[in-house]
Amino acid sequence: MNRIVVGAHYGLKDWLAQRITAIIMAVFTVIVAAAVLSGAAASHEGWRAFVGNGLIRFLAFLFVVSLCYHAWIGVRDIWMDYVKPTAVRVTLHVLTLLVLVGYAGWATQVLWRL
Amino acid sequence: MPEMTKQRPKFLNLAEIRLPLAGFASILHRVSGAGLFLMLPLLIWLLELSLGTPENFAQFKAVAGHPLVKLILLGLLWAFLHHFCMGIRILLIDVHVGVEKEQAAASAKAVMVVSLALTLVLGLKLLGVY
Repeated sequence: MNRIVVGAHYGLKDWLAQRITAIIMAVFTVIVAAAVLSGAAASHEGWRAFVGNGLIRFLAFLFVVSLCYHAWIGVRDIWMDYVKPTAVRVTLHVLTLLVLVGYAGWATQVLWRL
Repeated sequence: MPEMTKQRPKFLNLAEIRLPLAGFASILHRVSGAGLFLMLPLLIWLLELSLGTPENFAQFKAVAGHPLVKLILLGLLWAFLHHFCMGIRILLIDVHVGVEKEQAAASAKAVMVVSLALTLVLGLKLLGVY
Protein backbone atom coordinates (compact mmCIF):
# COMPACT_ATOMS: atom_id res chain seq x y z
CA MET A 1 0.00 0.00 0.00
CA ASN A 2 1.24 3.41 -0.91
CA ARG A 3 -0.35 5.48 1.84
CA ILE A 4 0.63 9.10 2.30
CA VAL A 5 0.55 10.42 5.84
CA VAL A 6 -0.77 13.84 4.71
CA GLY A 7 -3.07 12.42 2.02
CA ALA A 8 -6.58 13.65 1.36
CA HIS A 9 -8.63 10.91 3.06
CA TYR A 10 -10.96 11.33 0.06
CA GLY A 11 -12.85 14.01 1.89
CA LEU A 12 -16.64 13.42 1.77
CA LYS A 13 -16.93 13.94 5.54
CA ASP A 14 -14.82 17.10 5.32
CA TRP A 15 -16.81 18.34 2.34
CA LEU A 16 -20.02 17.95 4.34
CA ALA A 17 -18.54 19.44 7.52
CA GLN A 18 -17.38 22.46 5.53
CA ARG A 19 -21.00 23.07 4.42
CA ILE A 20 -22.62 22.46 7.81
CA THR A 21 -20.18 24.74 9.64
CA ALA A 22 -20.67 27.38 6.90
CA ILE A 23 -24.45 27.34 7.40
CA ILE A 24 -24.10 27.63 11.20
CA MET A 25 -21.76 30.62 10.78
CA ALA A 26 -23.93 32.27 8.12
CA VAL A 27 -27.07 32.05 10.29
CA PHE A 28 -25.27 33.43 13.34
CA THR A 29 -23.76 36.23 11.22
CA VAL A 30 -27.25 37.32 10.19
CA ILE A 31 -28.41 37.30 13.85
CA VAL A 32 -25.45 39.43 14.98
CA ALA A 33 -25.79 41.77 12.00
CA ALA A 34 -29.48 42.27 12.82
CA ALA A 35 -28.66 43.04 16.48
CA VAL A 36 -25.93 45.51 15.51
CA LEU A 37 -28.02 47.24 12.85
CA SER A 38 -30.98 47.53 15.25
CA GLY A 39 -28.72 49.52 17.57
CA ALA A 40 -29.45 47.14 20.48
CA ALA A 41 -25.75 46.33 20.78
CA ALA A 42 -24.46 49.85 20.18
CA SER A 43 -23.30 50.71 23.71
CA HIS A 44 -20.72 48.76 25.69
CA GLU A 45 -23.42 47.58 28.13
CA GLY A 46 -25.82 46.72 25.31
CA TRP A 47 -23.12 44.71 23.54
CA ARG A 48 -22.21 42.83 26.72
CA ALA A 49 -25.87 42.11 27.45
CA PHE A 50 -26.42 40.86 23.90
CA VAL A 51 -23.45 38.47 23.92
CA GLY A 52 -24.17 37.43 27.51
CA ASN A 53 -27.72 36.34 26.63
CA GLY A 54 -28.02 32.57 27.15
CA LEU A 55 -29.13 31.72 23.62
CA ILE A 56 -26.60 34.01 21.96
CA ARG A 57 -23.85 32.60 24.15
CA PHE A 58 -24.81 29.08 23.09
CA LEU A 59 -24.92 30.04 19.41
CA ALA A 60 -21.68 32.02 19.69
CA PHE A 61 -19.94 28.91 21.03
CA LEU A 62 -21.28 26.91 18.09
CA PHE A 63 -19.95 29.69 15.84
CA VAL A 64 -16.48 29.45 17.40
CA VAL A 65 -16.34 25.67 17.05
CA SER A 66 -17.69 25.86 13.49
CA LEU A 67 -15.17 28.56 12.58
CA CYS A 68 -12.22 26.56 13.85
CA TYR A 69 -13.36 23.33 12.16
CA HIS A 70 -14.10 25.24 8.92
CA ALA A 71 -10.74 27.01 9.03
CA TRP A 72 -8.96 23.72 9.70
CA ILE A 73 -10.40 22.13 6.54
CA GLY A 74 -9.84 25.24 4.43
CA VAL A 75 -6.28 25.96 5.55
CA ARG A 76 -5.34 22.29 5.37
CA ASP A 77 -6.57 22.23 1.77
CA ILE A 78 -4.30 25.19 1.00
CA TRP A 79 -1.28 23.35 2.44
CA MET A 80 -2.25 20.19 0.52
CA ASP A 81 -2.47 22.14 -2.75
CA TYR A 82 0.73 24.13 -2.54
CA VAL A 83 3.17 22.47 -0.11
CA LYS A 84 4.64 19.27 -1.49
CA PRO A 85 7.45 18.17 0.89
CA THR A 86 5.82 15.84 3.43
CA ALA A 87 7.82 17.04 6.45
CA VAL A 88 6.99 20.70 5.80
CA ARG A 89 3.36 19.94 5.08
CA VAL A 90 2.75 17.81 8.16
CA THR A 91 4.44 20.47 10.29
CA LEU A 92 2.12 23.13 8.87
CA HIS A 93 -0.88 20.85 9.44
CA VAL A 94 0.05 20.36 13.08
CA LEU A 95 0.77 24.05 13.66
CA THR A 96 -2.57 24.98 12.06
CA LEU A 97 -4.41 22.50 14.29
CA LEU A 98 -2.63 23.73 17.41
CA VAL A 99 -3.36 27.42 16.84
CA LEU A 100 -6.99 26.70 15.98
CA VAL A 101 -7.52 24.64 19.14
CA GLY A 102 -5.92 27.48 21.10
CA TYR A 103 -8.13 30.08 19.40
CA ALA A 104 -11.22 27.99 20.18
CA GLY A 105 -10.29 27.90 23.87
CA TRP A 106 -9.44 31.59 23.98
CA ALA A 107 -12.63 32.71 22.22
CA THR A 108 -14.78 30.41 24.37
CA GLN A 109 -13.24 31.82 27.53
CA VAL A 110 -13.96 35.36 26.24
CA LEU A 111 -17.61 34.43 25.65
CA TRP A 112 -18.25 32.34 28.74
CA ARG A 113 -16.79 34.52 31.44
CA LEU A 114 -19.49 37.14 30.77
CA MET B 1 1.53 8.63 -28.54
CA PRO B 2 4.31 9.72 -26.22
CA GLU B 3 5.67 12.36 -28.57
CA MET B 4 2.26 14.10 -28.53
CA THR B 5 2.04 14.17 -24.73
CA LYS B 6 5.49 15.78 -24.76
CA GLN B 7 4.09 18.58 -26.93
CA ARG B 8 1.56 19.73 -24.33
CA PRO B 9 2.23 23.31 -23.31
CA LYS B 10 2.79 24.01 -19.65
CA PHE B 11 1.13 27.30 -18.95
CA LEU B 12 1.52 27.96 -15.28
CA ASN B 13 2.82 31.52 -15.33
CA LEU B 14 0.59 33.18 -12.73
CA ALA B 15 1.23 36.60 -14.28
CA GLU B 16 -0.07 35.41 -17.65
CA ILE B 17 -3.00 33.18 -16.70
CA ARG B 18 -6.28 34.91 -17.52
CA LEU B 19 -9.06 33.47 -15.39
CA PRO B 20 -12.73 33.97 -16.20
CA LEU B 21 -14.53 36.03 -13.56
CA ALA B 22 -15.89 32.91 -11.85
CA GLY B 23 -12.34 31.58 -11.52
CA PHE B 24 -11.14 34.92 -10.21
CA ALA B 25 -13.95 35.03 -7.63
CA SER B 26 -13.11 31.45 -6.70
CA ILE B 27 -9.42 32.10 -6.00
CA LEU B 28 -10.46 35.18 -4.01
CA HIS B 29 -12.57 32.84 -1.86
CA ARG B 30 -9.35 31.07 -0.93
CA VAL B 31 -7.37 34.30 -0.51
CA SER B 32 -10.06 35.86 1.69
CA GLY B 33 -10.31 32.70 3.81
CA ALA B 34 -6.54 32.64 4.29
CA GLY B 35 -6.54 36.32 5.29
CA LEU B 36 -9.31 35.79 7.82
CA PHE B 37 -7.44 32.82 9.28
CA LEU B 38 -4.21 34.82 9.61
CA MET B 39 -5.98 37.71 11.36
CA LEU B 40 -8.02 35.55 13.78
CA PRO B 41 -5.83 36.48 16.79
CA LEU B 42 -6.48 40.19 16.16
CA LEU B 43 -10.22 39.58 15.86
CA ILE B 44 -10.45 37.46 19.03
CA TRP B 45 -8.35 40.03 20.91
CA LEU B 46 -10.67 42.84 19.77
CA LEU B 47 -13.69 40.76 20.81
CA GLU B 48 -12.10 40.19 24.21
CA LEU B 49 -11.44 43.91 24.70
CA SER B 50 -14.93 44.87 23.52
CA LEU B 51 -16.56 42.51 26.04
CA GLY B 52 -14.31 43.37 29.00
CA THR B 53 -14.29 46.14 31.58
CA PRO B 54 -14.96 49.79 30.61
CA GLU B 55 -11.16 50.24 30.53
CA ASN B 56 -10.88 47.31 28.12
CA PHE B 57 -13.63 48.85 26.02
CA ALA B 58 -11.77 52.17 25.89
CA GLN B 59 -8.69 50.25 24.75
CA PHE B 60 -10.83 48.48 22.14
CA LYS B 61 -11.92 51.88 20.82
CA ALA B 62 -8.32 53.08 20.74
CA VAL B 63 -6.96 49.98 18.99
CA ALA B 64 -9.83 49.76 16.49
CA GLY B 65 -9.45 53.48 15.82
CA HIS B 66 -5.77 53.23 14.90
CA PRO B 67 -5.38 53.98 11.16
CA LEU B 68 -3.37 50.82 10.45
CA VAL B 69 -5.86 48.63 12.32
CA LYS B 70 -8.71 50.35 10.49
CA LEU B 71 -7.06 49.49 7.19
CA ILE B 72 -6.65 45.85 8.26
CA LEU B 73 -10.28 45.74 9.45
CA LEU B 74 -11.42 47.21 6.13
CA GLY B 75 -9.55 44.42 4.32
CA LEU B 76 -11.04 41.81 6.66
CA LEU B 77 -14.50 43.29 6.14
CA TRP B 78 -14.14 42.73 2.39
CA ALA B 79 -12.63 39.28 3.00
CA PHE B 80 -15.55 38.27 5.22
CA LEU B 81 -18.19 39.64 2.85
CA HIS B 82 -16.60 38.02 -0.19
CA HIS B 83 -16.15 34.70 1.62
CA PHE B 84 -19.77 34.89 2.86
CA CYS B 85 -21.30 35.71 -0.55
CA MET B 86 -19.12 33.22 -2.41
CA GLY B 87 -19.99 30.60 0.22
CA ILE B 88 -23.68 31.09 -0.42
CA ARG B 89 -23.03 30.74 -4.17
CA ILE B 90 -21.18 27.47 -3.52
CA LEU B 91 -24.00 26.16 -1.31
CA LEU B 92 -26.57 27.02 -3.99
CA ILE B 93 -24.52 25.28 -6.69
CA ASP B 94 -24.27 22.25 -4.36
CA VAL B 95 -28.08 21.98 -4.45
CA HIS B 96 -28.02 22.45 -8.24
CA VAL B 97 -29.13 26.08 -8.30
CA GLY B 98 -27.31 28.16 -10.93
CA VAL B 99 -25.17 25.37 -12.36
CA GLU B 100 -25.57 26.42 -16.02
CA LYS B 101 -22.65 28.33 -17.51
CA GLU B 102 -24.45 31.66 -17.95
CA GLN B 103 -26.02 31.53 -14.48
CA ALA B 104 -22.73 30.59 -12.85
CA ALA B 105 -20.98 33.49 -14.61
CA ALA B 106 -23.74 35.88 -13.56
CA SER B 107 -23.69 34.71 -9.93
CA ALA B 108 -19.89 35.12 -9.79
CA LYS B 109 -20.33 38.69 -11.01
CA ALA B 110 -23.08 39.23 -8.43
CA VAL B 111 -20.78 37.97 -5.66
CA MET B 112 -18.06 40.44 -6.71
CA VAL B 113 -20.47 43.36 -6.99
CA VAL B 114 -22.46 42.68 -3.80
CA SER B 115 -19.40 42.05 -1.62
CA LEU B 116 -17.60 45.16 -2.91
CA ALA B 117 -20.74 47.31 -2.56
CA LEU B 118 -21.36 46.10 1.01
CA THR B 119 -17.67 46.68 1.80
CA LEU B 120 -18.07 50.26 0.57
CA VAL B 121 -21.25 50.89 2.58
CA LEU B 122 -20.02 49.27 5.82
CA GLY B 123 -16.43 50.41 5.27
CA LEU B 124 -17.43 54.08 5.17
CA LYS B 125 -19.19 53.45 8.49
CA LEU B 126 -16.03 51.79 9.83
CA LEU B 127 -13.93 54.75 8.72
CA GLY B 128 -16.36 57.09 10.43
CA VAL B 129 -17.54 58.89 7.28
CA TYR B 130 -21.16 58.73 8.53
